[in-house]
Amino acid sequence: MRRVTGSLLAALVLGAVLAAAITMGSAHAGARSAKKTTLTVWVGWSARELRVFKGVVADYQKKHPELNIKVVGSINDTKITNAIRSGNAPDVVSSFTSSMVGVYCGTGAWINLQPYLSKDHVSLNQFPKTTLYYTQFKGKRCALPLLADSYGLYYNKTLFAKAGISSPPKTFSELTADAKKLTQRSGNKIKVIGYDPYWNFYSGNFTDMTNYAPLFGAQYYDSKGKAVLASRYAWSKLLRWQKSLIDYYGYSNVVRFQAGLGDEFSASNAFEIGKIAMMMDGEWRVAFIKAEHPTLNYGTAPMPVDDAHKSWYGAGAVNGTIIGIPKGGHNVDQAWELVRWLTTNDHALAKFSNGIRNVPSTRSSGHSKELKPDPRFATFVRIFNNPHSATAPITGAGSAWNTLVGRFTVKWQAGKVKSLHKGLVTLDKQIDKLNAQQGGGGVP
Amino acid sequence: MSQGAVAQAARLPATARRRARRKAAWRRRGLVLLLMSPWLAGFSIFFGYPLVMSGYLSLTHYDLLSAPQWRGFANYHYLFHDDPQFWPGVRNTLWFIGIAIPLQVAFAFGIALMLARAKLGLGFFRTIFYLPALAPPVAATLGFVYLLNPATGPVNIILGHLGIHGPLWFQSPGWAKPSLTLLQIWGVGNAMVIFLAAVLDVPQHLYESAELDGAGPLRRLRWVTLPTISPVILFSVVLGVIQGLQYFTQAYVAANIAAGQASQAGDTVNNLGYPQDSTLFYPVLLYQAAFVNNFMGYACALAMVLLVVAFAVTSVILWNSRRWVHYTGSAR
Repeated sequence: MRRVTGSLLAALVLGAVLAAAITMGSAHAGARSAKKTTLTVWVGWSARELRVFKGVVADYQKKHPELNIKVVGSINDTKITNAIRSGNAPDVVSSFTSSMVGVYCGTGAWINLQPYLSKDHVSLNQFPKTTLYYTQFKGKRCALPLLADSYGLYYNKTLFAKAGISSPPKTFSELTADAKKLTQRSGNKIKVIGYDPYWNFYSGNFTDMTNYAPLFGAQYYDSKGKAVLASRYAWSKLLRWQKSLIDYYGYSNVVRFQAGLGDEFSASNAFEIGKIAMMMDGEWRVAFIKAEHPTLNYGTAPMPVDDAHKSWYGAGAVNGTIIGIPKGGHNVDQAWELVRWLTTNDHALAKFSNGIRNVPSTRSSGHSKELKPDPRFATFVRIFNNPHSATAPITGAGSAWNTLVGRFTVKWQAGKVKSLHKGLVTLDKQIDKLNAQQGGGGVP
Repeated sequence: MSQGAVAQAARLPATARRRARRKAAWRRRGLVLLLMSPWLAGFSIFFGYPLVMSGYLSLTHYDLLSAPQWRGFANYHYLFHDDPQFWPGVRNTLWFIGIAIPLQVAFAFGIALMLARAKLGLGFFRTIFYLPALAPPVAATLGFVYLLNPATGPVNIILGHLGIHGPLWFQSPGWAKPSLTLLQIWGVGNAMVIFLAAVLDVPQHLYESAELDGAGPLRRLRWVTLPTISPVILFSVVLGVIQGLQYFTQAYVAANIAAGQASQAGDTVNNLGYPQDSTLFYPVLLYQAAFVNNFMGYACALAMVLLVVAFAVTSVILWNSRRWVHYTGSAR
C-alpha cells in the first residue's frame, strides 16, 4: 500500500512538474507570438501577379520577423468600401482604380499620409508628376503610386510583313491606312481585324476615351472643373476618326466578330492568337504574352497621335495602382513602414516590375540595375516618362462621370447620335449636373 | 362560471363591472400583442427601420464613407429632371412589365392547358416543362448568352444553315430585351404548375353544361375556364408585375457577360445596361447608384420612388380585378 501511495505521489509530482514546464513553455511561446504583429494587405492582383507581389512582400517580411504579413488578392473597390464602412478594414489597401482617389481622400476613408511623409522626410520629387496627381485629391495625399501603367501599341510583325508594312504607324491617318491593309474578310465576316477601335473592346478602348485623350491632346474639364468636351475640337476629331473606322468595317460586323473572341486576360486573347493585327494595351501584356504565347512575333511602339501634332508622338495614357492606409487600422505605423518600402524602395519596385512587367513608379527605380532589360517593355517606360503623357481627371464623385461619357460614345459608334456637337453639349451639361449633385469637382 | 360567482358578479355595482370588463379587454390586448410580438419585432427591424432610414437617406448626400449631409429634395429633383439614365431605366422596366410578363403568363397558361388535355405522359411532360424553373437564374442566363452568341452560338449556326442571318441577340439594343424575354418564358415552370392545378380543378360539370348549351372549345375556354381560374391569373399577374419591377439578376449577368465578350477589363461600370442602356432596368440603375458609384442617398431616392410605384401599380391591379376576377365560394 505504502509502495502504491509512494508511486502515486511520485506520479503526481512528476505530472505537476511536467504541467508547469508545458505551461511555462507555452507561456514563452505565447509571449513570442504576442510580439508578432499581423498586417493584412489587400490588393487587386490575382493568380500569377498575386504570387509575384507575395514574393516582394516576403522580402520585407524577412527583414521584419516581428511582422506576420497576410496578403489578400482579387480585391476591388466595392470590397474596400464595405470593409471600411464596417470597421473591418485591412491595415494596407490598394486599388487599381486611380480615379477613386477623389472618393478615398475626399471622404477620409484613406488616411492622410502627409504627416508620415514629412516625419520620415520622404521626398515627393522621386515620383513623376502624373502619378502624384492621381494619388491625391485637392492637395490631400492619401495614397502613393505602386507601379504604374502606360498604354502603347502592340503590333503583329508577321501580319505586318504579309501586308507589306515595314514600321508601326505614327499618326492616326497612318493607323487607319495600315488597319485597312491588315484586315482580312470573308464576305462581310471579319477574320482578322487591322485595328479595333470599338469603345468597350479590351482595356485600350475604355468607353470614357481616357486612353485616347493624350493622343489627341483632349481635355475633359477646364480650370474651373466644368466639362468641355463640346468646346474642345480634339474630341470631335477623335470621335469622327473612331466612327469612320467602325463604319469601314461595318458596325454589326465588328460586334459579331468581337462576340466570337476570347477573354482578354486569357491565352485566347485575340491579339495573342493573331486575330488582331494592332491593339492598344497596357505594358502588362508583355508579361502575358511571354507566359502564354512566347513565340508570338510582335513589337511594341507608342500609339499614333493626331496628324496635326506629330511632335506628340511618344506620349500615351498613364495611370496605375494606388496604395494607402484605410481609416480605423490598428497598426498604422507598421502599415506606413510597409507602404513606404513598397512604393519607394528600388529593389521592391524593380523586382515587382520584373515579375508583372508594370512600369516602376519612382524615377530612380526606373533606372535600377535590377530591372531586366526588355526592348518591348522599355517602350512603355519611355511612354510613362514622356512629358505629353497624361492621366484621367480625378473628381470627388469618383468615376461616375465616366459612365456618362461611355453612354455617349457607345451610342455614337452605333450611329445613334444625329449631331455630334449637340450631343457633346448635352453630355457636358449632364457631367456638370452630376458633379454638382454628387459632390464632384476638384479636377484641376 | 359557477352559480355563486354569477350571483356575486350580478351583485357588483355597475362601475365595478365596467372596470372589470376594461381590465379584461386590456388583458386580451396584451395577450394579442404578446403573441404578435415576434412578427412585430421582425417587421420593425427588417422592414420598418430600413424603410424609415431609406426615406431619411433619400433626402441626403450619402457616399457610404462619410456622414450623410442633408440635401432636401435635391436627389428627387436630379432623378426626375437631370439623370439621363432614369427615364431609359423606367422605359425598359415598363417594356418588360408590358410585354415580357403578359407573355410569361400566357405561356404558362398555354402549357398548362396543353398538359391538362394530355392523355399520356402527363408526369413526363410536366417534369420537362418544370425543369427550367430549377435552374439558378445566373446559370440560366449564362447558358442563354452562350446559346445566343451571334458569332459562335448554336442558335445562329442553325439559323445560318437554314439560310437565315441570325440577329445579334444580347449584343443588340433591339434584341437584348426580347432575348431576356425568351429566357423568362423558358423558366415559367412555377407559374405553369399553379395554372395546371387551377385548370384541373375546374368542375367538370361546368364544361358538360356548356357543351350541352352548344359551346365549342374556344367558348368553353372563354366562359368556363378563364372565369374559374381568374384568381390564379390575378395572382400570376401581380407576382409578375412585382418581379418585373425588381428584375435585376438576369439583366445584370446578361449585360456583363455579353459586354464581356467585348471587354474583359472588369469594366463593370460601363457594362451595366449593355448594349446602349437596353438592359438598364430600374433595379440595375439603383444598384449602379448604390454600389458602383457609392451614391447611397440618391439610390435611396430611387428606391422610394420604386416603392411608391410598386404600391400604386399593385393597388390599381387589385382594384381593377374586381371586374374580371370571379371567386367561387362565399368570401373574396
